[in-house]
Formats: sequence, C-alpha cells, structure tokens
Amino acid sequence: MSPIITVSNLTKDFKEVKAVDNLSFQVNEGEVYGFLGQNGAGKSTTIRMLLSLIEPTSGEIEIFGLNLKAHRKEILKQTGAMIERPDLYKYLTAFENMKLFARLSSVKLKDATIKDQLAKVGLADRANSKVKTYSQGMKQRLGLACALVHNPGLLILDEPSNGLDPQGIADMRKMIQHLSKVEGKTLVVSSHLLSEMEMVADSMLIINKGRKVVEGSVSALLNPEKTEVELITHSANALSFIQNSNWNQFLNQAVGERICLEIDKKCIPVFNKELVENGIEVQSLRPLHSLEEYFLSQTKA
Amino acid sequence: MFFAILRIELFKIFKRPRTFISFGAIAIIVLLVQLALKVNGKDFIELYTDSQSDTFYIPYDKMVNGYFVCVAVLHMILIHVPLLIALIAGDMISGEANLGTLRLLGSKPVTRTELILAKFSASSVYVILLLIWMAFLALFGSILLFGKGDLVVFKEMDWHQMNDYDVLWRFFAAFIFAALALTTIAAMAMMFSVFSENSLGPIVATVCVVIVFTIIQQLKVPMFEQTINPWSFTTHMLGWKGFFYVEKSADGTTIDGSIENPTALVRSAMILIGYIVLFLGVTIWYFRKKDILS
Repeated sequence: MSPIITVSNLTKDFKEVKAVDNLSFQVNEGEVYGFLGQNGAGKSTTIRMLLSLIEPTSGEIEIFGLNLKAHRKEILKQTGAMIERPDLYKYLTAFENMKLFARLSSVKLKDATIKDQLAKVGLADRANSKVKTYSQGMKQRLGLACALVHNPGLLILDEPSNGLDPQGIADMRKMIQHLSKVEGKTLVVSSHLLSEMEMVADSMLIINKGRKVVEGSVSALLNPEKTEVELITHSANALSFIQNSNWNQFLNQAVGERICLEIDKKCIPVFNKELVENGIEVQSLRPLHSLEEYFLSQTKA
Repeated sequence: MFFAILRIELFKIFKRPRTFISFGAIAIIVLLVQLALKVNGKDFIELYTDSQSDTFYIPYDKMVNGYFVCVAVLHMILIHVPLLIALIAGDMISGEANLGTLRLLGSKPVTRTELILAKFSASSVYVILLLIWMAFLALFGSILLFGKGDLVVFKEMDWHQMNDYDVLWRFFAAFIFAALALTTIAAMAMMFSVFSENSLGPIVATVCVVIVFTIIQQLKVPMFEQTINPWSFTTHMLGWKGFFYVEKSADGTTIDGSIENPTALVRSAMILIGYIVLFLGVTIWYFRKKDILS
C-alpha cells in the first residue's frame, strides 16, 4: 500500500501554547486511519493543517505524494472533509448546499446526480427543505454527502459521530466501512467514541499534548503477545492460590474481588483451567486490552 | 474558478432575507420623501433656500420637478446607505466564521485571494443593484410623480441651474460616482469582517467610522480641514454632488454639459479608488495568513 498522507515533524505554536509538537505519521491508501487523543490533544489542529486551514509553524505535509503548500489546489480537489459540526448554509436547502459545494470543488453535477447522492445518505425526501429545519443527525449526513460530492479519494472526518443518537452512530459506522471497503477510499477519522473506532479503524495514531504517543495497526496494538487479564471471583482463596503458584510472577494488582495479571495471551485458557480445577469460582476472566483501556493507559503515561 | 465563486456568492447574498431589507428600506424612504415633497414641496424649498430667498426671486412652483426631487432624495439618503452596505459586506467573512462555513470554504480547492476577490465583487454587485433600485425609484419615480423641467441646485450662497436636456447624464454619472463611494464602504466593512468572527462587530465598526469622519468633516475646524478632511473618504464620498455644479459664462448663463470643478471630481474618485485598493489589500494580506479556527 502506498502512502496517501505523509506528515513529517509537524509543529504548530499558538503564542505560548504548542498545540502540535514535532508530529510525524503516515496514512496508507485504502485504510481507515483512526486519530485519537483527549480534548486539546491537538487532533483538530492537525486535521486543520492537513486541510490548509491552519499554517504549520514548521514541518512538512505530503498528500498524494505532493507537497500541500505547493500543490494545495490539486490536493484539495481530491480531498473531502467534514470538520466537527457540519453547519453548512442553514438558509439554503440540502440540494442547494450540495450544488454549491460541488461547484466549489470544481465539479458540475446534474440535478439527478445530486439527488442520487442525497438518496445515498437518506435525505432524498428532504432535499428541498432548508437545512435550518434539519436535526443534528440529518445535518451530519448532509455534511458527509457534501464532503463526498466530488468523489474524493481521501476523506477526512473530524468527530463524525458527534451529537448522533445510537442509530445515527451505527449508520455512520456503516457508511465509513462502506466507503473504505467497497469504494476503496482512504479515511482519516478522529473520534472520541473509542469503541466505534475499534470497530472501523485499520490503523491508528494516539496523540497527547500535541505529541505522538503510539502509531500502528489496530490489531497489532490491541493484541500484543502479553496482555493484562482481569479476573473477577467471589472465592476468598483465589489470591492465595495465585500467590502460592507460578502465576504469582505475573500478578499486577488485587483489589477486593478483582485480580489483574499480565500474562501471555496463549496462557489464558490454561490459567482458567487451573483456577477451576482448584475450586475457584470464576465469575469473569477477560483480557483488558480494549481500545478504551489501551488509550487510557497510553495517555495517562 | 473566480466566476464560479462569484456566482455562488451572489446566490448566497440573494438567498438571504436580510438582503431584501435594504431594498425595502430604500423603497420606503424614497416614497416617503417623494410624498413629503408632493404635499409640502414649497415649504421644503423655502427652508432649503432660506438665505437666498431674500436676495433672489425663487420660482418655487417651477423648481419642484422630478429632477429636483431626485437630487433631494440623494441628499437625504446617500448618507444613510452605508449602513445598508455594511449589513451585507460586514457579514461576508465574519458571518461565514460565525456560521461555521468558513472552514468548509477554506478546505475547498480555491485560493483565499480568489475567495476574497469574489466576495468583494459580489458586494460590489450588491451595491450597484441597490443604486440601480434607488435610481429607478428616485429618478424615474419622481419624474413620473412630478414631471420634468430645468434642475436647480443650491451650493452654499450660490445656485446652479441646468436645462432639462442637460440633466440625465449628470444623474447617470452621479450614480456611478455614488457606486464608487459605496464600494469603498463595502471594502472597509469587508476588511473589518476578516478580523472578526461575529457579524455585528464589523457592521458596527463600519458605521462608527463613517459617523466619526462625517462629524469631523462637519465640524469645519481649521485643524481638521487642513489635515484629515482633504483625505477622508467621507469628504470624497459626497463628490457626486459635483456633477450638479455647472460652469457659468461671463454673463452668468449656464454652460451646457459643463462641470464646475472636474479636477476635484477626478481627485475624489482617485482617492476613493486608493481607499478601495488599501482596504482590499489589507483584507487579502490578513486572510491569506489567517488560521481558520472557527
């Protein structure tokens, strides 16, 4: 897979605040790239620099193999974006907004094509309603349709699930998966909804205070050889059993009915078997490496 | 691409109800002035010519015709039109920032200079259309209501008379000059707009600047007369009046097709163009390096 975005040593200073600090990463063709970080971590600033809305203090951005500063127009012709709330023009209809953004993207679309695109996001029957009458979910879908109106190869979505209800979040997830797996587009998605990201992202970058914490494929990062395992048990002798066995060397912490060990993933069934054979009642035994836990452990450091 | 953006900007301007408030306001004001002059035309002229009426015989009935009424309307309302211009031009960038659409525009394959030039051109088209509307109502409406005749205008202790066949071109030129003056206001409002992220600030700032400089101009204080007023755009915005001041021959008769001081008119126009270039230059310079955070 060839790189679509290559960011090298990107830095942005706002007076005394360093919003992004020497950040480097690479997004490959066709993947969904998750961009994670706490509020104020520098995600939106980085995304805005990728879209040339903010001028970097230093560093280089290459998209489609071209330097963003030197080839801004060519790059943005092939890039779609939805940044935070897609407010659009509230006094215009969805159809008029779509037409307007198509022209701004140097594309002339027939009315029927625009209606087809609105139908894809489920807004065909409200195409001629003013956007001010739309719900947040409808605005979000229209924002996505506007970002896709010129059929870009790269799509940058900043918090696409913000303000959506559970059904809306599920619909957005399906759309992201469809765009990536069926249409072959490259997506950069920033989100707070880590469980959603875990489901859609192929690779991810976690940043904290403007700096890269970790980057890699989701499967590799969430499935390391060694993993933290959480045991929940009502048995009073569970801890003494572990302390008096070979498992003691893997013991991390024990608080009440919750005992955590860091063991090889392959050993989990063996551990479970030994617990049961020694009369310890296992209420739950699960690896802790969900994206949420991984994210918290990384950003806490 | 520039013309595509210009079309989009015009589409956006004329899709907003607030745009038509200006057209409505002008229609109401013009009609009220015409009505007042129809009912109390003689009283108005007596008030207007108070100082001259003792010296000259003034044929009031002949003076109140469509051309005279149109000049009176221009006198009264051109000073207030900047507010209507600021309402649209002051919202051009800050309104987009406030709506959250500036980031959408900024991430499209158009240069920021193209965007500013298109927005400025759209504001200028709005100014021209507003003036055409005003001309239609004030000139043709007044001709319809009051008929045609020779035009008499007053300038301090002097008065200028023009034959009716020598008047229409003067109105045409005056409206073009007024368009230039109001475009200066549009450029200034847009400049304020680029520094702000809410619509109200640039509109208020524009109106305040116009009011402050108008007051300075009317104070007639020698210090300001020599320093600020010769270069103030509010002084030169009133240059359109120059088209109605005619040259007179040695025997005191009016010379058809003449303008009393064409050099002053050209100077005023050049100064206004200078201001437009300055305001637009600052707007482009700042917007090109502006971080779009809204």
